[in-house]
Amino acid sequence: MTAHQTPASETSSPVPTSAAGTRLDPWIGAYADRTHGMRASEIRALFAVANRPEVVSLAGGMPYLEGLPLDALAETARDVIAQRGTVAMQYGSGQGDQTLREQILEVMRLEGIDAHPDDVVVTTGSQQALDLVTRLFINPGDVVLAEAPSYVGALGVFRAYQADVQHAPLDEHGLVPEALEDALARLAGEGRRVKFLYVVPNFHNPAGVTLSLERRPRILEIARRYGVLVLEDNPYGLLGFEGEPLPALRSLDEDGVIYLGSFSKTFAPGYRVGWAVAPHAVREKLVIASESAILCPSNASQLAISTYLATHDWRGQIKNYRELYRERRDAMVSSLAEHLPDATWTVPDGGFYTWVRLPEGLDAQAMLPRAVTARVAYVPGTAFYADGSGADHMRLSFCFPTPERIREGVRRLAGVIAGERELVEIFGTVPEVEGRVVDSPVPDLA
Amino acid sequence: MSRTSVLVLAGGLSHERDVSLRSGRRVAEALRSTGLEVTVHDVDNDLLPALSQVRPSIVWPLLHGASGEDGSVRDILELVGQPYVGADPRASRVAWSKPIAKTVVGRAGIATPRFVTLPQSLFRELGATLVLESIAANLGLPLVVKPARGGSALGVTVVHEANALPRAMVDAYAYGETAIIEQAVAGTELAVSVVDLGDGPVVLPAVEVVPREGPYDYDARYVPGRVEYFAPARLAAEVAARVADVALGVHESLGLRHLSRTDLIVSDDGVPQFIDINTAPGMTETSLLPQAAEAAGHELGELYRAIVEGALRS
Repeated sequence: MTAHQTPASETSSPVPTSAAGTRLDPWIGAYADRTHGMRASEIRALFAVANRPEVVSLAGGMPYLEGLPLDALAETARDVIAQRGTVAMQYGSGQGDQTLREQILEVMRLEGIDAHPDDVVVTTGSQQALDLVTRLFINPGDVVLAEAPSYVGALGVFRAYQADVQHAPLDEHGLVPEALEDALARLAGEGRRVKFLYVVPNFHNPAGVTLSLERRPRILEIARRYGVLVLEDNPYGLLGFEGEPLPALRSLDEDGVIYLGSFSKTFAPGYRVGWAVAPHAVREKLVIASESAILCPSNASQLAISTYLATHDWRGQIKNYRELYRERRDAMVSSLAEHLPDATWTVPDGGFYTWVRLPEGLDAQAMLPRAVTARVAYVPGTAFYADGSGADHMRLSFCFPTPERIREGVRRLAGVIAGERELVEIFGTVPEVEGRVVDSPVPDLA
Repeated sequence: MSRTSVLVLAGGLSHERDVSLRSGRRVAEALRSTGLEVTVHDVDNDLLPALSQVRPSIVWPLLHGASGEDGSVRDILELVGQPYVGADPRASRVAWSKPIAKTVVGRAGIATPRFVTLPQSLFRELGATLVLESIAANLGLPLVVKPARGGSALGVTVVHEANALPRAMVDAYAYGETAIIEQAVAGTELAVSVVDLGDGPVVLPAVEVVPREGPYDYDARYVPGRVEYFAPARLAAEVAARVADVALGVHESLGLRHLSRTDLIVSDDGVPQFIDINTAPGMTETSLLPQAAEAAGHELGELYRAIVEGALRS
């Protein structure tokens, strides 16, 4: 490609000349303000290595699809095209396929949600729903309140819409009601309107914790009192290892909660099908916003999932996933106890992740290149905070590697941590770096 | 005569895997456009079977970072008698180590900023505070801390205050056991590429690098926009000639072949200071050697093909 040139008047080189330089991007002056935060960092580059088989990746949030009945799914996909091809390959409804929306109600009923098919908007993964909701509500500078830590993919969306993300801490029982109240009171005192509260109540990404039954109505009550909409993101709710699923926040409050669901973790992310359930007026706007963004979600994907739900034992499949992930969680937790006695971690009752706090003074982001050299990868805690804090934590996922690989990964990680400790001892505790790049996730890290 | 076939090696397990994959794809596309048969291979334990299966006329290792640039993959290629593009293993190893390369180049009479080499074990024995204070006092600020081996500015920090040195050391050691601390030189940053098309090394026009926002770090290198490039660099004729001589001097004093890229800073007094040498320079869409080649009027596919054919004859 020929390099495009920018006018010489834009340059400020110490060497005077009339020659023009290039920034390799003729549109550099044309980007929107919100684009300026989009960067390629060292961290992203390091994850390129994590996909190699030699590396034990405890970084990715990819479901273990070998557990799926792929032969049967192939037939389903074939039948959809062969028998209903003119529908599957055609544009569809902006709100999503009617049958699938009815089936989604059945899925949500497992978490106590009682809704009408008209309340459901099918989206391209729940990530698109997240984008649409943010688009509907956020002007640049508006406040979004999120848990600390929070899902990296949501932070990326909020950043793209130039939201001011404020955090409220969670503990082993999820978002702390008193801390939520303090944050809302403080922001109200500053005259700042919080547009919504973003929560991942079940098997939190990255923290692994679940909002307790006792706290759920309290969180809703506080939000209602401050007039704050709740955005409930629940991709993992059906992947609990023991007992029945807890009632969704949406099941306790129809008017104050937008609920996001997804087939990506309970079935497979490849079809990119998720959904939102929203109060009537919001839902109308969601449909219009979605139509303007994508016209309609993929009919082929929706019909394939709808057929799968109608013809397969999807509940049995989710049960298989739960057993598989529980075994992996156990491998993770026992390996951590064996190899990292000085760290602390959450023991998740479901989902994909455990959240590890490193021994005093260690920095997970600084340590990542060393980990990659040692053939193990994780996501540094900094990814999960809007302000780049969290360097003393890392997210370890146990969803994709086998128990043996998990044990090997944690063993390697222990060596990396030992090396890092030596550095910290030599150079003293190194303070956190301000203004760190906070990255958007590569898709398989979400 | 059978058609020339090229096996491009890209990827590998180094920290620069991503860049290497991009370089590999670019070079492969350019070579294919000239009618050569090109296969791209990620480096793994299939390398030897792939070599015997593909039986390429020549291998072009576009591996950045460890194993690609430290000479070890080239050792294997030598062992099996496989022709390849680029420096031999011995020269690669010398060039790959910044302190050794700086020493060799310095002995050839080329200026290079003062520096110290610091294995992590040294600090274990001597403690950090006194050593770092002494370095800051002797070399003066600002300083550049970098891993002794590696590219793409990974683990590199420019330090303006002595109290930032410990953090910079930790970041450099994250990429390897040895770091260097070098005097930061103010001046014009240049990358000067040398190619050999079979008739001896030729210097391409210097490319001037002007960071527009922040340092010339990983992000600035691979995302268009944060850096302004001038190809050819805006240099007075006599400075440009001096710079070309230095790049050639570096290429020859290190015993390199076929292609290299020398990174220099022309200090404010007009002296080119050697900073780094790349035996497998980046070939991505934002990389410096391709920019230099285009500035010289080369069509990239034809140039890469000429490098391949030159290497086959050498």
